[in-house]
This record gives sequence, C-alpha cells and structure tokens, in this order.
Amino acid sequence: MKKKMTLAEKREARWAYLFVAPTMIGLIVLNFYPIFNTVYQSFCKTGDFGKGNIFVGLANYQAVLSAGETWQSLWNTIKYALIEVPFGIVIALILAVLLNKKIGGRSIYRTIFFLPMVCAPAAVAMVWKWLYNTQFGLLNNVFHANISWISDPKIAWISIGIIGVWSIIGYNMVLFISGLQEIPGDYYEAASIDGASGLRQFFSITVPLLSPTTFFIVQTRIIGALTIFDLMFMVMDKTNVALPKVQSIVYLFYQYSFTNGNKGYGATIVMVLLAFIMILTWILQQVEKKAVYHA
Amino acid sequence: MEGSIARQRMNKILTHIVLIIMSFIMLVPFAWMILTALKTNQESISVNPFYILPHNGWHWENFATVWKSYNFLILYKNTLLMIFWRVVCACLTATMAGYAFGRLKFPGKSFLFSLVLIQMMVPAQIFIIPQYLMVSNMGMLNSMFGLVFPGLVTAFGTYLLKTGYEGLPKDLEEAAMIDGCNIGQRFTRIMMPLTRSSMVSLGIFTAVFAFKDLMWPMIVCTNATTTTLSAGLAKMQGQYGSEYPTMMAAATLAVLPMVIIYVIFQKQFVEGIATSGGKL
Repeated sequence: MKKKMTLAEKREARWAYLFVAPTMIGLIVLNFYPIFNTVYQSFCKTGDFGKGNIFVGLANYQAVLSAGETWQSLWNTIKYALIEVPFGIVIALILAVLLNKKIGGRSIYRTIFFLPMVCAPAAVAMVWKWLYNTQFGLLNNVFHANISWISDPKIAWISIGIIGVWSIIGYNMVLFISGLQEIPGDYYEAASIDGASGLRQFFSITVPLLSPTTFFIVQTRIIGALTIFDLMFMVMDKTNVALPKVQSIVYLFYQYSFTNGNKGYGATIVMVLLAFIMILTWILQQVEKKAVYHA
Repeated sequence: MEGSIARQRMNKILTHIVLIIMSFIMLVPFAWMILTALKTNQESISVNPFYILPHNGWHWENFATVWKSYNFLILYKNTLLMIFWRVVCACLTATMAGYAFGRLKFPGKSFLFSLVLIQMMVPAQIFIIPQYLMVSNMGMLNSMFGLVFPGLVTAFGTYLLKTGYEGLPKDLEEAAMIDGCNIGQRFTRIMMPLTRSSMVSLGIFTAVFAFKDLMWPMIVCTNATTTTLSAGLAKMQGQYGSEYPTMMAAATLAVLPMVIIYVIFQKQFVEGIATSGGKL
C-alpha cells in the first residue's frame, strides 16, 4: 500500500519544495544567517573604518551590562510600555464596546479612531512634538500652561507614552470589535432575562469570553512597545536634556550601531533585548494558561 | 415601558458624547498639522495673540513650496515603488509557501514551518545589522533593491496564507485531481483565487508596514534622492525643525497618500488588519 503511493507522494513533495524554496531560502539568507551573525558580532569589535571584526570575547557584554545607560534605557522602555499597553487597551476596549452597540455613525467613528494606524510614525511624532512645544505649542497656549512636555525628564516619558496610546487605540479597538462580534448575542439576552445589569454582563460575559483576544493584544503590544524607536527618535532632539531618561533600548541600539558605527556593541544590545523578550514571552505563556478563558 | 425607552435614548446620547469627545482628541493633531501648514512662519510662532486659525489668508502655497524644495516627487516615487515591490514579493512568495504548508505533504514540513514561526518570534532588530552589512557589501546602499531587501520574503505572510489555505474545503481540490489537474494547475487555477481575501490582508499589511518603517530606509538610503517619505521627514526635521509651517506641510504631504487610500478602501484596511492580527 505504502509503496504504491510513493510516486504520487514524491511528485507532491517535489512541488512542495518548489513552492517553499523561495521563502525558505529568503528566510535563511535574510533572517537565520543574520541571527547567527548578530550573535557572532556581539563577541567582536568593529575594526577601524568599519573594516574587519576583531574577536574580543565577552568584552562587549561586560561593557553593555555594566553601563548604567543600558539599564536606564531598558527601564525607559518598560516605563513606556507601562503607559502604552494598559491605557491603549482599556480605552480601546471601552470604545469597542460602545461601537459594538447599534448606534448611528459607527463607521465614521471607527474610521477616525483607526486613522493614526495608517500614518507614518515619523509624521505623527513631528506633529506631536509641535503640539508639545513649550513656547508656541497648542497645548500650553490653549491651557495657559507652561509645561516642558518633552524636555522635563520627569514628564517627557509620559508625553511620549501619550503619543503611543493615541497611535495604537484604533488598532486595538478594531481587534476588540472583531472579538466582540464572536460572542453569541443569546448570552446577553439570557443574562438580561435573569436580570443582570449591563455592568454585570460586561464583567461576567464580555470580559471572560473576550480574554483570548485581550491576551493576544496584550502579548503583541508588549513586544511592540518594547521595540519602540520612531517616537523617541523623532520627538527627542539629540541635545534634549531629557533624552537619557526617555531613550528606548532600540534607540540606544540604533545610536551605537549606525551613528557611532560600533556594530559589535550594538549587536550586544540586541542580544540583551532578545534575552529580555524571550523571558517575557515565557512568562506570558505561563500567564496565558491561567488567565485566558477557553470555551 | 416609556421609562425604559427614555433611558435607552439617554444611553445613546451619552455614548455619542463619549465617542465625539474621543473623536475630537483623535482629530486635534491632524487639524493642528493642517492649520499650521497654512500659516506663515511668523504667524505660527505668534503667542500673544495666539492664533488657532490662519488669520491673514490661508497659505496653500506652502504645500507647493515644500513639494518643490524637498523633492517630494522623488520621495513619493521611492515610497510607492518600495511598497509595490514589497507587496509583489510578499504576496508571491507567501502564497506559494502558504499553499505547500497548508495543503501538501512533504518530508521536513514541520521543521521548515517551525523556522517560519521562529522568525516571527524574535525581535526584528536582530536582523538589521547583518542585513545592512549585506546590502552594503553588495554595493546596494541608496538603491531600490536596498529598500526592498528585508521584505523579499515574509514569515508572517507565509503563516497567514497557510491559515487561509487550510480553511478551504477539501473536495474542491479532489475534484480537480480527478479531472487530471496536476498540483501546479490546482494551485494556480483553483486554490490561489480562493485565498484572495488573505492576499488582500497581506498586501495591505505589507504596504502599511513598509510605509511606516523608519529605521531601515534611514540606514540604507541616506541620500535625499533615494530615501522614503518617513526617512525624508526625519532628514528635514534635522535641518529645518524650527520652520513649523514648512514641517507641518511636509508631514501632511507624507501622510496624505496612505490616508487617501485608507479612506477609499477602509473596509478592506480594517478587516485586513483585524483578521491578519499582524504586529504593526
């Protein structure tokens, strides 16, 4: 029986290899070779004029891990995530629940909330930088305030976080809406007949049944927030005194690898980021087993 | 009964109020961008009095000035070409690989697919230095090839299309097999056309991702004539950051193409991003 199938099976396998070949070759050249190369470079020092790698063992790791700047940037990135992820999710969930009702103008609202998602972060950051301008900015002039939104180290990280929340709400909301639409309407009807209030329904039906969607968003947004770069790069000038307290770990990576040309050091920063993300991914998987409601 | 109808109306009005306030917050930055772009430099930095609207005429010519002086035509061309090639490459390679992973049996399938999943799990920053060095060693810095390079294949798209192909009914292909179609014909004539919605999702996702990307074009295309809109904006800000109407006109021009496409195809955009669930 098995022998008879072989010819057809072989033919199928040949087609399959032909079909996956471009993607697999591409992934090896563009992604897997680079992973090993980055690991290798993290043990090397970039020679003068960017030529040649000199093996230096763990020297880069020693330098990166003992630099206060590395830990500060990692902490800055976490602080950014602590604003963007929870606020971006809670506001998006509220909007999704409101837009899931039968009300007029739903698609207009949805279009507006989703709009930042299709705008280049470089442009978005420029606009917000201008809104935040201490002297001429809209915010300080309308509220008659004199806040150094992006140059006071105590405030700047929050200001950047606000841009992050504003940018991501629409995306999270759209994912929540499609999650909400999968919850059968009868559940709510049954709950109404039993006399459950709207709030009670939200916490007893919506929250548990939406938890797979919520978890997916939490997971992708945490990883997304930890690799933030554009907002910091565009909003914070190099001379900004708040920069050390705001720059993200990827910003630091960019500075060392491409502005200072120290690719070995940059590669080591990426390895630190990779380790951090791997640990977080593992923790998230443990949380998923406990917190996500599987119907 | 009447009381409950009144309550429902009240609820609806409250919902609209919340949504309108939120919409206002979402739109203020866009409004301020356009209003500033229409002012004179002097007006934009006038504080006492502070002007919300341009008060001595709307300076539409600011857009024309920026368009000419910053070579926007070239930035548009580069950005659109990069998006075009990335979408073509992503859709082509992903639909083929997705079909093989989703419908065909072959030795080593699960190993190869695990490579696809691993690529999606690691942060993309780990690829950047070696990718840059490859482009640089090929002498392809400041070229279209350099811009497209990291997007020649897509692990995420392969995963997305695999899911799409898996969802198709089995009997379709079996019928074609009985009719004597070989695998290549089954793929191009029957299966591929049925995954159109996944392809549209992938295309939109790829286009938006490429459009928004800042770091890659900034490092491989450092010339003002070879770079994209995003990286071009970064360059302009470095040079002319305090000419606010100019900068806001540039930002408007940079977001405009994608916003127009989005407004026309918003249903596909929203669905494409919601169903693909890609990390943008």
